[in-house]
Amino acid sequence: MAEKLSNREKLKIAPIPMAEQSPSARRGNIQEVPLGYTEAEALAEAQRCLICKNAPCVKGCPVSVDIPGFIELVAEGRFHEAAVRIKQTNCLPAVCGRVCPQEEQCQVVCMVAKSHKDTAQSVQVGKLERFVADWDREHHPTVEPLSVTKTGKRVAIVGAGPAGLTAAGDLIALGHDVTVFEALHRAGGVLVYGIPEFRLPKAIVDFEVDALRRQGVELKYNVAIGKSKSLEDLFAEGYDAVFVGTGAGLPMFKKIPGENLLGVYSANEYLTRANLMNAYGFPTESDTPILRGRNVVTFGGGNVAMDAARTALRLGAETSTILYRRSETEMPARIEEIHHAKEEGIDFRLLQDAIEILGSEDGWVTGCKCLRMELGEPDASGRRRPVPVAGSEFVIPADVVVVAIGNGPNPLVPRTTPQLQTNKWGNIVADPDTAKTTMRGVWAGGDIVLGAATVILAMGEGRKAAKSIHEYLTTGVW
Amino acid sequence: MAKVLVNRPIAPDVFRMEVEAPDVAKYRKAGQFVIVRPASGRERIPLTIADADREKGTITLIYQVVGRTTAEMSLIEPGGEMADVAGPLGLATHIEKVGTVVIVGGGIGVAPSHPIAQAMKAAGNHVISILGARNQGLLILEPEMRAASDEVVVVTDDGSYGDKGFVTDALRRLLDAGRKIDQVVAIGPPIMMKMVSLLTKEYGVPTLVSLNTIMVDGTGMCGGCRVTVGGETKFVCVDGPEFDGHLVDFDEMMRRQRMYVAHEAQSRAAFEGGHPCRMEQMAGEAHRG
Repeated sequence: MAEKLSNREKLKIAPIPMAEQSPSARRGNIQEVPLGYTEAEALAEAQRCLICKNAPCVKGCPVSVDIPGFIELVAEGRFHEAAVRIKQTNCLPAVCGRVCPQEEQCQVVCMVAKSHKDTAQSVQVGKLERFVADWDREHHPTVEPLSVTKTGKRVAIVGAGPAGLTAAGDLIALGHDVTVFEALHRAGGVLVYGIPEFRLPKAIVDFEVDALRRQGVELKYNVAIGKSKSLEDLFAEGYDAVFVGTGAGLPMFKKIPGENLLGVYSANEYLTRANLMNAYGFPTESDTPILRGRNVVTFGGGNVAMDAARTALRLGAETSTILYRRSETEMPARIEEIHHAKEEGIDFRLLQDAIEILGSEDGWVTGCKCLRMELGEPDASGRRRPVPVAGSEFVIPADVVVVAIGNGPNPLVPRTTPQLQTNKWGNIVADPDTAKTTMRGVWAGGDIVLGAATVILAMGEGRKAAKSIHEYLTTGVW
Repeated sequence: MAKVLVNRPIAPDVFRMEVEAPDVAKYRKAGQFVIVRPASGRERIPLTIADADREKGTITLIYQVVGRTTAEMSLIEPGGEMADVAGPLGLATHIEKVGTVVIVGGGIGVAPSHPIAQAMKAAGNHVISILGARNQGLLILEPEMRAASDEVVVVTDDGSYGDKGFVTDALRRLLDAGRKIDQVVAIGPPIMMKMVSLLTKEYGVPTLVSLNTIMVDGTGMCGGCRVTVGGETKFVCVDGPEFDGHLVDFDEMMRRQRMYVAHEAQSRAAFEGGHPCRMEQMAGEAHRG
């Protein structure tokens, strides 16, 4: 164990980098890119934290993880206790350590970064969180059984994504019976169908889901609530409360000519085939095909676009291109994802936008007709609006095109539940403090309420709803 | 896991499976479908619910062996299990008393026509069913369709049973005979639905078609099933599977159905490589299909 360092000494230590697979190696496999900290690296990184009293990082975290608290435990080598500390407020640390945008949340406000006037110098909270969660999963794989008096109340959770799983974990610990209904054959939501294996190994999600199951959460697969049965049916079956966490799964298209050509995918379809259905293993381990394009073009600049473009490389593409109509500054993707994509050789074509997808006589994609753009005045999103440059038309060849320009709210529940009020985009309206909807006994949270956001925000919503559901079930007051 | 009670061939390459799915049996309505996987690692495939027994908690699926997934399904013995049966999915058929309804079922499309014929008849319609198959051996569910219909016309391509010709010939004869037809429901191969829709457009008869496109999740998430209907993109899984036949862009839909033809052959080859003896007969039959 290291000696206590003064703040001045701590500030002299540079951030400990996490080892990664080399870009050339990882293009050819689907294994995770960052390899994790060793114990020594974690100890060294934890030394850098000033354990400051006001802890701005905790305020930056949507679920208020006790960041200085767990990092102090790591610095003392008490890894299991550190894991316990994180899990008091975050039930999926192995997931969050990997996919949270720490650079916009806890790390951006870190006092170490402020002292250096450089956010890259912040304590590597995400990497430490990941280390602690992975260490604990390896060394303490058994789940402590819950010792809690059953309340006899039944809660239905609709959707086994981050919001629903978090709510389920909180509610089972409070003594309620919890059933999670999932439309697909596997739990995890976007963690299993969307985020690729090379960013979030599926075994981690399975472990967390299995932990919930061992604590008594019942998982019912293959039931699409809103289609297979309605919310009313759930109340008729005896559930006392329902949480809707059905996410933002409705893929948007650009509505340009050629989007129905053969070889054009929504990012959801492309990633679902590759991840959930393991099309990488076609035709031996998996029977779900995917077009292995030679020249793949992805529209969009978010994390999903990066995931699709990087997936294309792993499926053997010779070129994988990101076509984004604004500049890199406006890209919504995490800096780390953009960095990894560039390292792997993704061709970033910025300030360019497709206006038509071109096809052969028999309907297969052959290319994209594009225009160059320049940035004009800021639009409603506050970002500078891209404006086409007259006469700048050009064509790039493509045999697979992936449209990754965003997702709308999943319409299945709102469409069949008129009592649920929605906003103009189709998101369910829920109280920001309690997650209560306009229908008695029904809560909603995560992307179905927020619009496409992050895993950690969805988890925060699930937690908030669980608290309110527990109040309702114990007091009967709506 | 869903227990399989019955799984037997009813025509070359065509199987009838009865499988336990109590909630699906309870909530399903005519026109809806399920997504199934026989085992982990297999594809998710959409199949229309041909019948359901609420008491027994079972549903009936009729499927044709075309790829590896359906080939593997056909090998499940009664008492065995399907990994996943998800549903019911899709919108239910709009059932209403309109007068005379002609149900056109072609090939394996007779199976999804059956619950619609039943529901249309139960709503008080006069139901005329036109059943088509390439030959007598490929005609399925004739007794069931007779029970659900007031009149039945059978046609085969080769004339081995019923009238020789296509379903469109039989439908045209009815229309030309001056029969007042208020609604046509056509379910079968895309080309058949296209030809029926072109014909009924001529005669101004409202026509519903049920589309069976490529799907992954079946809940509106992937958009792989998208079709153009009346110039707008629709998702078959959540906006359908039934649409106004006069508005569907069948040519685009038929093109999109060919997206994985090469993959299907690859996948079957991989499967048959592992099971040379058991699959020999079935493979021969499927390729004739």
